[in-house]
Order: sequence, then C-alpha cells, then structure tokens
Amino acid sequence: MTVFNEWGGEPLDEIMYHCRELVEDTTFPTIKRWREQGGKTLGHFQVYFPEELAHAAGMMPVKMCGTMLEPNNADSHFGSYLCSIIKTSLEAALSGGIELDIFVSHPICDAARNLAAIFGRNFDYPCQILYLPQNPNSVASADWLSQEYGRMRRLIEEIVGHEVSDEAISVSIEVFNENRRLMRELYEIKREAPWLVTADEAYALVAIGGVIPREEHNDLLSSVLPMLRERETRREDRIRVVFEGAFCEQPPLDLVRMLGRTCYVVDDDFLIGMRYLLEDVPVTDNPLLSLSEAYIEQSSYSPVQHDNRKPKEDMLLQRIKESRADAAIVAAAKMCEPGLEEQVAYIHMLDDEKIPYFVSEFEENMSSFDQLELQIETFLENILFA
Amino acid sequence: MTTETPSTCDIVGRGNRDGAQLFRDWFTELGETAEKGEQSAYVFVMGSMNEILKTFDLPVVFPEINSLQTAVRRVAGDFLSEAEDYGYSPDICGYVKADVSVQLRGGEHPMGRIPKPSIAVLTNACNTYVKWAEIWERMHGCPMFTLDVPGTRQAGTQSWPGDQDFENDRRYVQKQISELITLCEQVTGKKFDIDKFREILRHANTMSVGWRRVIEANKARPAPFNALTDGTIFLGVANGFRGTREGADYFNDLVEEMEYKATNGIGALAEEIYRLVFIGVPCYPIFRRFNELFSEWGGSFINSTYLWFASGGTNLGFEYDLAKPLESMAEGTLINVRDAMDSMFHQDRMLVDMVDDYAVDGVVYHPIKSCRTVSTGLADSRGYFAAKKDIPSLFVESDMMDSRVISEAQMKNRVDAFFEGLASRKQKAAIAGKEN
Repeated sequence: MTVFNEWGGEPLDEIMYHCRELVEDTTFPTIKRWREQGGKTLGHFQVYFPEELAHAAGMMPVKMCGTMLEPNNADSHFGSYLCSIIKTSLEAALSGGIELDIFVSHPICDAARNLAAIFGRNFDYPCQILYLPQNPNSVASADWLSQEYGRMRRLIEEIVGHEVSDEAISVSIEVFNENRRLMRELYEIKREAPWLVTADEAYALVAIGGVIPREEHNDLLSSVLPMLRERETRREDRIRVVFEGAFCEQPPLDLVRMLGRTCYVVDDDFLIGMRYLLEDVPVTDNPLLSLSEAYIEQSSYSPVQHDNRKPKEDMLLQRIKESRADAAIVAAAKMCEPGLEEQVAYIHMLDDEKIPYFVSEFEENMSSFDQLELQIETFLENILFA
Repeated sequence: MTTETPSTCDIVGRGNRDGAQLFRDWFTELGETAEKGEQSAYVFVMGSMNEILKTFDLPVVFPEINSLQTAVRRVAGDFLSEAEDYGYSPDICGYVKADVSVQLRGGEHPMGRIPKPSIAVLTNACNTYVKWAEIWERMHGCPMFTLDVPGTRQAGTQSWPGDQDFENDRRYVQKQISELITLCEQVTGKKFDIDKFREILRHANTMSVGWRRVIEANKARPAPFNALTDGTIFLGVANGFRGTREGADYFNDLVEEMEYKATNGIGALAEEIYRLVFIGVPCYPIFRRFNELFSEWGGSFINSTYLWFASGGTNLGFEYDLAKPLESMAEGTLINVRDAMDSMFHQDRMLVDMVDDYAVDGVVYHPIKSCRTVSTGLADSRGYFAAKKDIPSLFVESDMMDSRVISEAQMKNRVDAFFEGLASRKQKAAIAGKEN
C-alpha cells in the first residue's frame, strides 16, 4: 500500500512543495492512510531505532520527533523546565494524530527516559524502552544488543501475530541499506554542490522518511536526486556552515529555510537517527547481530551516547573538516540538557581551532526568526568580510 | 553475667550524631588525599560500585554530595554563577555546575579540599552522570567507565534471575564489572583481591539489610525518623561508607536505634498528626525551612523515593552471595540500580503498594528544575496515583540547588492550603465515624 502519492509526475519544485507540506502537517495524513488500510504502526522516539525490525513485521515505523502542535492535552502531564519535543510527542498521540500499536523510547536523556512510563500510564498498547548500549566500549555490548533486539522482535511478533524471521529482517536491511545510500547521496550533494539543494529541501526530503514506508521514501529519493543534480541553480558566494544541535528536537522548517537563505548548510545533525548507520549493514545469517554491530562500529555520534572512541568535539571537528565548512552554528533545543552541556565542549574546541561559530537555542514551536536571522547574517558577514 | 542495655539517651539521636561525625571523618580523609596528591575515584549514588573501588583502596568522591553541601551551606549561588560564566547554561543540572566550579577552583569546597579523580565510574541510571563524567574526562584526562545497567523495559514487566532477558542483562553487567576491575588494576597498579572483595560485600550486605529495616521501622506510629532530614544523613553514610566496617557498624546501631524508638513510641516529631511521603529530591537551599513548612503542621515525612533511588536501590536489602561474589555483584547491581530507576520512573506503582502499610495521609511531589530524571514524569504519575488511591497530594516545584527558582512565600501558601485540606478531611472523617 502507498500513502504518499501527491508527488508522482510532478516537477521538482512541486515535489518539494508537497514534501514540505507533509513534514509540517500536524494531522499526519500518511500515518492515517496507512492505518485506514489496516497497517500497524510502531512509534519510536529519538534518536535511533532499528526500524528494520518493525519493517520486517509489516509495520510502519513512525519517527516520533515532536511536532508543531500546541501541547494542550500533554501539558498537564508534565512539569516545567522541559524541552518541547517531550510534550509534543505525547500530544501527537493524545490528540489522536498518531495512532500506534507500540511505542518505544530510549534512555537518551533524563527527560526522554521517562516517556515510556508516561505513555504506558496513558495508553493500553505496549510502551517500552529499548536499551541501546551506553557502554559501547565493552566487548559484550554488540552481543548483548543483539539479544535486546531479539527481545524487541518477540514483542513485535506478539503485536502482529506472526513470526518475524531472520530472512524477513535481511530483506528489510536491504531496503534500509538502499535508503541509507540515497540519504548519503543527498548529503553528498549538500557538501559538494550546496547550491543545488536548499537546507529546508534537504531537511524535508529526509524527514519525510519518518512518516511514510521506506520503500516509498526510496522511490521519492531515487526520483528527486537526479532532478536535483540537473538543477540549473547559480552558485553563490556564501559561507559554508555546519549546523550542530538537532540530534533530537528539530528546529522548525522555517528556521531551516531561513538558514538556507543566508548560508550553505553543508552538513548537520538534523534527524541524525535516520542516518545513524554510516554504511551498509551486511546481510548475514544473523541479521540482529549485524544490526547491533553496525550500531556499535559503523555509527555516527550524538551528545546522548558516550563512546571513548568518539569524543564529540573531535567528531564535530571532523564533520566541519570533511564538509569543508567555514563556520559552525552550535545550537541546542531549549531545556535540552545534553545539548546545552555539549555546547561548552564544542565552543572550547572551536576556540582552540579558531573556527568561527554562532551559539543559539531554538524550540520546535518558535515562529519568529527576524532577530535570529539578523544575528546570523551579521555573524556570516563578519566572516565574509573579515 | 549481666548484659548492659544502653539507655534512651545513649541510643536516641545516635544515628544523626555518628553520621555527622563519619561525614566529617570522610571529608577529612578526602582533604588529606588531595593534599598528598593521591588517587581517588569519582562515583555517583546510583550504582557507585564502591564494592569494587574499595577493594582497590580508592577513596570515593561523590560529587552529588559535594554539590548538595554547597546548597545546604548556602553558598551554591557562587558556585553556580562561576560555572555559568564558564559557559554552562542556567537550564542544566545545578549539581553539575557546582561541581564544575569545585574543579575550576582546584578542589576547593566548603567542607575541605576535594581530590582530583584518577578514575570516574558511573552508571546510566542518570544520563547527566554521563555528561558530567565527560567533563572530568576533559578537565583531568582521567579514564571514564560507564557501567551500562539495563533497567525496566515496561512498568510491571521486570525480569528476574532465571528469565532469559534477566540472564542476558546479567551476563552483560558481569562482563562490564570484569572490565572495570581490569581498568582499576591498570589505574592503581594493584591486583584484584577476591577475598578482600568478599569481605567488603559482607559489610555491604549488613548495610543493605540494615537500611531496609531502618526504612521499615517508620511503619510505626509515630515514625521514628524524618525521611527528609534524618534520612539524608543516613543516606550519606549508606553511600560514602558502603562496604566498610564503619558503615556496617553504623547501620547495626541505626537499626537498634530506630527499632528502639519504634517500640517505645519515640517519634521524629513530638506530635505526629499527618504522615507524608516525599517524592523527588529535597530542596537543599532551604533544607531546614522546607521541612519546617510541613512539621509546623504536624506533618512528618515517613518515607521518600529519595531514600530509595539515592541509596542506589540498596533499600531492597539485597544480599550478595559470598560464595560467588562476582556473579552476585552483577545480579545485585542489576536489581538495585534497576530499582533505583524504577523509584524515579515507576514510583507510582510502588507508592500504591506501600501507602497502606505506612498509613500515609498525604503525598508531596517535589519536581525540581535541576533534575529531569526525577521530575519529568511526576505530574503524570501523580494523576495515576490519584486515580488509584484516595490520598491527597501536593505538587510544588522548586530546585535542589538554585535559590533563584525557589519562592519560599509561594511555597508556604501551597503547603498551608494542602494542610488545611488535610485537616478538613480529618474532621469530615471524624464526623462520619461518629455518625456511623
């Protein structure tokens, strides 16, 4: 079954329009269409979830990454001093916008690790934590994680009422490998020819994968990427920037659009969980172990995972160098403790490396960017005319 | 032969007196360690791994305790400001920021000098532990060991020894413990001594069993100790002296004191009118005053989730099997730390289970700005609890460190209104009792 047909046969600008509209649509029409056709859904909170497990069972994995809804129903379930994404993710479920059969969260931060318990008190479907190793440096972590994935597979099997075989998971791994390849290609365009795709277009093209089946996402990207490469957009003299700080809560699309007007965002951590595995996952006779090892050995980074091999400031520096960026925007979602803590390390590193940076906070529900745009333009002009 | 029995004045108050003395001794020792430039381990209250570190004679530093001491001594503001000047946001954990300032000041602390870390050991029971330890890793270049302890996946579905999922988790934890031992050997240059470890586990067992009995002693009316004020002293010993002879002796004495008080009707309050449970982390910047807001109405805190999670779950009374120390350490760590996490995320169920035994009149929820681990789910779990039990509750937000977000006057208004409601409820119940 397909749930997102609006773009078929349309020119590139129209396709991008439909993608942006869907990303900003707080009624989640594609998820509704999926469920109207009898499909089941597994909602997973940020950052990373092995979506292959849900896909192999015939479920649609839905990325719960906040929304621009006002948390009118969710607000009373929380205290003050919390990030927005926690509230709006619950709001999306309480308001009926996103109907689920399973909700999974991860102990990525002090706030998010409460989500499974909160969902569990409010919904009858299973609301669970999937533990991802916080000690990936232990020799036991990959094997343990594969068992944890096995536990999740058993839960999914209970929900769908049939076995989820190794073979089915291997097929799903191939679908997602193709998806990862296409997103890598998109990011290659961002790095090598950023004038061909604006920041908000690239964002929408990735984000849409969280609310449609991955095969459809593959079809979309396969069609759009060649169109982007053939685009006749003039290269401009703009500062190349890395945006860091959107590993969990996402900035509103209008903020990303504003960035796209002022600079070339040549790399970022927007929705990094969808791009967390950096290479193809090998298809083996033990697909759960393959997925586990990929998470431990071939993954990106974020402030919510400690790995002795990946000091975050070193990883950001690598991201800046590999994308040949001139500057960094070091952002954090309001009240995002890990993001705010990481900012300090990032800033000290950037000072040491003499890389210009701009520090900011954002919130997914913010709607006014005039002042921020002025500040960023001033920052960029300082670099341009230095 | 005659047996001397201690008198009331020997026993009552001993836990607080001895606890305060042990605390001073501990900080004196840490000061000496700092002065000599000797090794120390930085750890946290939820899964300190003291049992392993003590085997290597590593003095333990609990930065959480250091930070709360700055608040109790009313100097936290200076420490917070210094860390904020360094770049840390006003919106992050006050414990972290106070400690950052201690580190920036070369260990200077109101209770003495704190040594630098030779190793940082933490669990994933709180995510801020990870970010915090990364700061020491950067500042001091010390190794950081994260013991990953998988917790409860869904409320009410905890697995136990023999279950497939539990055994998978135990193997993972045990392997990590062996890796921690190897790291400690590298850091200290000492070999791991299994017999010494076993002896430390024996003391830890005494403490865990004692801690459980102490908490249970508060089922008595009146409750022999105040879970918020006295309990914090007991917690300090439970953490800092875990696995030591002094700690074991202290808890033997404490059990004796609390059970003596319970038997003889000696309460923490002269007149206990309302029995309260505290949910969250104490309001350290006005620690004494916060308690007075309740005790002035005859409200006594007879239990708290803080006693559970801030002891790393040792309130369960889990006893290590000395015949298989490493396997048992893994099992105990898994069960204890998991329970500490449950005390924060699923405490609604625990509360429903315990309120009748402890004859609870009211529940006080105290979410704080600094700690999202403890606070994020409290409003929701309060709703769950209200639906299950007809017991009034108070929801009052403040902080454990930052006096800028504490309004004592507003807090007093809320507390007074809460007690007026409790009083009215008691009157109605009394009238209904007479009519029946």
